[in-house]
Amino acid sequence: MLTALFIVPLVAGVLALVVPRVVRRVLMPITGLVHVAIMVWAWIVRPPPELDGWIALDPVGQIFLSIASVLFLATSLYAAGYLAEEDPGWRDDIESPLPFINAPEAVFASCFLFFLASMTVVTLAQHFSLMWIAIEATTLATAPLLYFHRHKRSLEATWKYLVLCSVGIALALIGTFFIAVSGQTAGGHHIPLLLSELTRTGVMLEPTWLHTGFVFILVGYGTKMGLVPLHSWLPDAHSEAPSPVSALLSGALLNCACLGIWRTLQVYASAGQVGAARELLVGFGVMSVVVAAVFMVNQRDYKRLLAYSSVEHMGVIALGMGLGGPAAFAALLYAIHHSLVKSALFLLSGNILRVFKTKSAAEVRGALRTSPWTGGLWCAGMFAITGTPPFGLFPAKFAILQHAFAHGYVVIGIVCLLFFAIIFIGLTGTGLAMAQGEPPPALGGATRPQWLLVLPPAFLLTLSLVLGSYLPAPVHEVLTAAGATIEGAR
Amino acid sequence: MMIAMEPLPYLPLVLALLGAPMLRSVINRTKAWFAGRRGPPLLQPYRDLRKLLSKGAVYSRTTTWMFRMGPAVGLSTVIVAALLVPMATIAAPFAFVGDLFLFGYLLALGRLFTVLAALDTGSPFEGMGANREVYFSALTEPVLLLCLATLARQTDSLSLSRIYPAVGVFSWSDATPLLVLVAAAMLIVFLTENARIPVDDPTTHLELTMIHEVMVLDHGGPDLAFIEYTVALKLWVVGQLIVGIFVPATQLTLWGAMLADVVGLFVLAVLVGVVESTMARLRMPNVPQLLLGAGALAAMAWLLVLQVGS
Amino acid sequence: MNTVLFEIVLVVVMIADIALLGTSRIPACIRIVAAQGITLGLLPVVVDHAERPHIIALAAITVVLRGFGFPWLLSRSLRMLGVPREIHPPLGYAMSTVLGVVILGYCFWLGARFEVTGSGMTRLVLPVALATILIGLMITIVRRHALMQVIGYLALENGIYALGVGLSIEEQLIVELGVLLDVFVGVFVMGIALHHLHHEIERPDVDLLDELKH
Repeated sequence: MLTALFIVPLVAGVLALVVPRVVRRVLMPITGLVHVAIMVWAWIVRPPPELDGWIALDPVGQIFLSIASVLFLATSLYAAGYLAEEDPGWRDDIESPLPFINAPEAVFASCFLFFLASMTVVTLAQHFSLMWIAIEATTLATAPLLYFHRHKRSLEATWKYLVLCSVGIALALIGTFFIAVSGQTAGGHHIPLLLSELTRTGVMLEPTWLHTGFVFILVGYGTKMGLVPLHSWLPDAHSEAPSPVSALLSGALLNCACLGIWRTLQVYASAGQVGAARELLVGFGVMSVVVAAVFMVNQRDYKRLLAYSSVEHMGVIALGMGLGGPAAFAALLYAIHHSLVKSALFLLSGNILRVFKTKSAAEVRGALRTSPWTGGLWCAGMFAITGTPPFGLFPAKFAILQHAFAHGYVVIGIVCLLFFAIIFIGLTGTGLAMAQGEPPPALGGATRPQWLLVLPPAFLLTLSLVLGSYLPAPVHEVLTAAGATIEGAR
Repeated sequence: MMIAMEPLPYLPLVLALLGAPMLRSVINRTKAWFAGRRGPPLLQPYRDLRKLLSKGAVYSRTTTWMFRMGPAVGLSTVIVAALLVPMATIAAPFAFVGDLFLFGYLLALGRLFTVLAALDTGSPFEGMGANREVYFSALTEPVLLLCLATLARQTDSLSLSRIYPAVGVFSWSDATPLLVLVAAAMLIVFLTENARIPVDDPTTHLELTMIHEVMVLDHGGPDLAFIEYTVALKLWVVGQLIVGIFVPATQLTLWGAMLADVVGLFVLAVLVGVVESTMARLRMPNVPQLLLGAGALAAMAWLLVLQVGS
Repeated sequence: MNTVLFEIVLVVVMIADIALLGTSRIPACIRIVAAQGITLGLLPVVVDHAERPHIIALAAITVVLRGFGFPWLLSRSLRMLGVPREIHPPLGYAMSTVLGVVILGYCFWLGARFEVTGSGMTRLVLPVALATILIGLMITIVRRHALMQVIGYLALENGIYALGVGLSIEEQLIVELGVLLDVFVGVFVMGIALHHLHHEIERPDVDLLDELKH
């Protein structure tokens, strides 16, 4: 049944190329529903590993799979509405004098579904090479999606994304090779690259090769995750893509890259070597927070603002992974809430873009008046993303910082607090200003909300609110189990 | 350093002195064949030399003794260099450990005096030629030394007379790529040292495109004879370094190896003729690129020999 | 005899690396990277002469894809782009060649410090593979023509493939094919992006993609 999780979107993706337009728009949410159904079933009935142990559902994978699944359902519903609103044919570009056209919808829908399929494989893969293949596949599936609006800026973003991520992921392949070498014992016996095997025989792995492999994987998948200084593709890609795609990119794809690093950490932990890795992760994490904050302060484009926010949050997750223990649990919780809220924000930004027809935050005013639902949700989202209670990011962030202070990383804790404050000011200052005030006179009064464009972000934000106050026991169990997988000697 | 006293080691030198101009005529005949002509007779270079030696020379008042030293030093350095190069299994008369460095420096000394003589005339053309010659040789000297060093490392000896008998086609079975790389790099050095296409066109009459020819533009009579003979001898001596890589000196009898050597030299001359007829001369800015390429090949051979040996 | 064949393969790969750095003509670069791919595809057959059908099948597919598939895709794009020469790169060709030789030397030094299980032959593959990886990276970073970035990526992937052989990574056929397929689709998608690049900017110069900053 696990294989169905990625076969279904794969087949749907192929179908999307041939079916008529109406069916295609419905195909995406339907696939999303099926996917969510199977995912929920997997929570209830723990399915066994399949395909010789290459595909299995372990705690971390389950978390990320569930996030991706729920997000896909929400964004595919939104996408159906989004595509309905898009102009066919040529229209004027907001930021340049040249007109542009959209890519064919068939390309959008099929790549969207292939994206889901490849992300599913990443979360399920237990073999490092399979995981690599799937992560590279996500890059290739999303590149056409980035270039949906065919103008020069999105082409630039797509080219940067393709080249940077492909090179980065190639480096991760080198890292995978080095880990394989670390499993080649003196007796000529090869330990297979299966996670279960590697963690079982952890102490037999050769430490130098393992460490070198980890560094390469950190740099490689770190490029895909958006860790500074490898993040330069991220603001461009996440801001130029159409909103449903940005939502999935920030909400699900970055998590998949994080999963690659997490699995390597698992092997590391079983070898008892985690200490060195910890410092690297903490370093990258703090750098990401600092640099992202700097770029967020004077950011004029609100989608780029959200993209840099993703960089910052990925930095916090890396920090949590690096600190270990309860901070690892918190990092996963953080990932859940970040995905939910960031996706909602990106979807809402799409609505704002459609109404105000500008990407500049300075020119958007009075969103609360023109589209009350969007504006209201946008304000809520702004508070949520900066870690304000009662949204779920608050307890997670708090736990990570608490762990940092408790275990002697005082300087890091203070630096992070300082930059969190800067980010709060930057984000809410820009974001709330967009919602308040008088709308430009050129726009009409309040319009009726498009339910397909408003309900998905509302649902996601509500989910984050609910989960922030009450975490269901099964989820708590799985999170604890997942956090324990990277425990090792500190 | 042992200066040999028996007659046998001097045989290669005699062969070189007698046969060197023949190499030039072989090259010219090959080029003529490609062009559909018959070409000059094979003994023509000897006739040219005799003609030039019997002529008088005119010296400009702006030149000094340097101008007259140029051809003389050039010829004498090449002859001494020939005394360092072995042929087949016959060790060179002046062989000693480290003579490969002296070889390089002798060629450089000859080049130095040619350049000084060219600069001595005060003519802009010669100055330009001197400039190019020095630039290109700055790039080829490291290549030549790297190649010789690689061979030295491969055969564990620093004397040309020990290195060359130890390499040959049959020793290729364990070091083929190495020797191919060295031979390729040395071929490019050979073409550069002797001012052949693709580095320099010996038959051009446009001074702005010349390198070697323009440096000797103002020489005449016996000086020109010396220069022409130096060119021929350099062809033989540097060519010997390349042919020696191929000839399996230890596997053949002494006379068989010497015959193979001489035949190899003429094959090399034909090869040069073929290259000259089929390729165009490189644009001047691209010549350093070619030389760097040769350098890369030599460096690769050097790395390989270090790796494989270790 | 096999050692010699093996060394020849490695020397061809090394020459291809340096040649890539020194050539400004892009059709030549495509051919060079194709030749590199072909020789590398044959490497496992030369190294491990156990003649398992798995290895021969993989070698055949690698040679076909790397030697003919990729050049075909790239030549198509190049013909459409219409700019067959590199635009002045910030790092000149002579300097790149010298740097390439330095990288080669560094990788040989580095390779001697690795302790790898495997025969003496495979010990030589490691430095060459590392050098190809570094040189591929250098080309992707330094060159301005968009197609050269793709060629640099291909050289990088060639190097990684050689690294896999040198480290005696034993993978199942399906995994190797998966990796190859990923690279193929990657080049394919890059080709499509190049096609669109041609319509959007006047020449395929990556420096012209400069609108998105901060």
